[in-house]
Amino acid sequence: MAAFDGVQASSESVFERRVTRRKASLAQSMSWSILFFGGILTVMPIVYMISTSLKWPHEIYDVSLIPEEPHLENYTFVLEDGRFYGWFVNSLVIATITTISNVIFDSLVGYTLCKFRFPGRYVVFIAILSTLMIPTEMLVIPWYLMSQSFGWLDTHWGIMFPGLMTAFGTFLMKQFFETVPDDFIEAARVDGQNELQIWWSVAMPLVKPALAALAIFVFLGNWTAFIWPLIVTNSWEMYTLPVGLSTFADEADVAWELVMTGAAISTIPTLIVFLIFQRFIIRGVVMAGLKG
Amino acid sequence: MYKRLSIRQKQITWAWAFLAIPVIFYVVIRFYPTGNAMLISFQEWNLLGDRAWIGLANYAKLWNDPVFWQVFRNTFVYLLLGTPISLVLSFFVAYHLDKIRFMHGFIRMLYFLPFMTSAVAMAWVWRWLYQPVPIGLFNNTLAEFGIPQIDFLRSTTNALPAILAPAVWAGLGFQIIIFMAGLRAIPQSYYEAAHIDGVSKWTVLFEITIPLLRPTVVFLTVFSSIGFLRIFDQVYNMTTNDPGGPLNSTKPMVLMIYQSAFTDFEMGYAAAQTVVLFVILLLVSLLQLYLLRDR
Repeated sequence: MAAFDGVQASSESVFERRVTRRKASLAQSMSWSILFFGGILTVMPIVYMISTSLKWPHEIYDVSLIPEEPHLENYTFVLEDGRFYGWFVNSLVIATITTISNVIFDSLVGYTLCKFRFPGRYVVFIAILSTLMIPTEMLVIPWYLMSQSFGWLDTHWGIMFPGLMTAFGTFLMKQFFETVPDDFIEAARVDGQNELQIWWSVAMPLVKPALAALAIFVFLGNWTAFIWPLIVTNSWEMYTLPVGLSTFADEADVAWELVMTGAAISTIPTLIVFLIFQRFIIRGVVMAGLKG
Repeated sequence: MYKRLSIRQKQITWAWAFLAIPVIFYVVIRFYPTGNAMLISFQEWNLLGDRAWIGLANYAKLWNDPVFWQVFRNTFVYLLLGTPISLVLSFFVAYHLDKIRFMHGFIRMLYFLPFMTSAVAMAWVWRWLYQPVPIGLFNNTLAEFGIPQIDFLRSTTNALPAILAPAVWAGLGFQIIIFMAGLRAIPQSYYEAAHIDGVSKWTVLFEITIPLLRPTVVFLTVFSSIGFLRIFDQVYNMTTNDPGGPLNSTKPMVLMIYQSAFTDFEMGYAAAQTVVLFVILLLVSLLQLYLLRDR
């Protein structure tokens, strides 16, 4: 095919080739500009959020992007209020514990379903797979009743118990454990390691990228989760950041610079994490999206 | 005792030891609640009093509730507007971004950033953008050009698309990334062959690129459809003064479920709605399996 390509190319006149190339580069720069400005437009709401959080109240009516005199008064005000600090901690604790739980249990189950042969394997596999079809919204009422009877309402545990394991994570990990050669596991068995050691110190290090992808998804999902924390909490001390922000913004109503500050506080941490680990996160998203 | 087991028996023991806690979790936190929700949908219960079996009365009430039909319609409007718009936009960006080298990473980052934000925070940002003059950015900009104001969130016709916009916007980054991965997976030799045959750019797009992207398109269609059918955060936060308003024109099914269960405490009625939502989502998932099995 390469030879044929050569024949074809040489039959084109030099002039024609130059014209097509120029046309191509014009089209290229056109699409580059469209994408570039589209991209700038896309981040504008985020940029305006941050810019407004640095403005004085009288300036928020101003369309200009750059505040006249940028200041952090809004942040001091919102954080001194104290509630945001607590919501931030709640969200951080819940998202962290849930992430650790998912990384451990989803991979343990994925590993077991992938590398062990035992009676009941297929049933467990299908059962967990089928839970992917059940929407959270269907479960919130029974979860609420359960929390009510066990006294889990308005507690950290109540917020996080439904998400401690996910079928999505389990299948993501199962897919990745397929890539771990059975020989490695056999070799470790011959060395006399027990199965728990093999899983933790032989198999787990080999799927680190997948574990990271899972951790990112679970953390982000729990950091931004809204409906269940809204249902299960009822005192402001227990709110997570999204629930707190929602009530705070509703109270602040006309003080938009404060609303934007609150929104920025709940958004900036994930944006910073993203900017630092950008390549890594995008790769993880692709992995999780395509294999999960 | 353990030492006397055969290798196979040891394996079985380990496997079930590993699965013990997760199996309990899935039974108690996933399967039992699913059955429970279905059961409650046949009961009348206000959370405090006794539960009474009322058969299909909740479903009958749903069938005869004009608000439910309005909500049902809204939910599908979110889906039928949101999915095609977000797919076309993200494919357009991915298709062109794939060919760009200069500042590729930076432009990709611009589109991806909204995916990392929280829906609640962004709902408030967009709500602010939509405010009438002199607050909202959109209307202020229109005013500068002397264009009449648009009533975004207070109009029964504009509010739904206005709420849909941030939902589409936040999902674009993910879809673009997945589309680009799909485009990369198409073997270069197809394009070379088409180039040799002198096929036009549009023919390449419609005869090679899009058909070969079929699995990606099906996956993203179903993924975003499920997302739009379950829309809640944006609607709740952009209409806190009258959730789902004005006049229920933006209320999706999940918001109606939330209100029935946790504002009106009609547990049975809410559970019946969740069962309907479950059936709809199940049908969408089955459609995906069917479409992917086709080839």
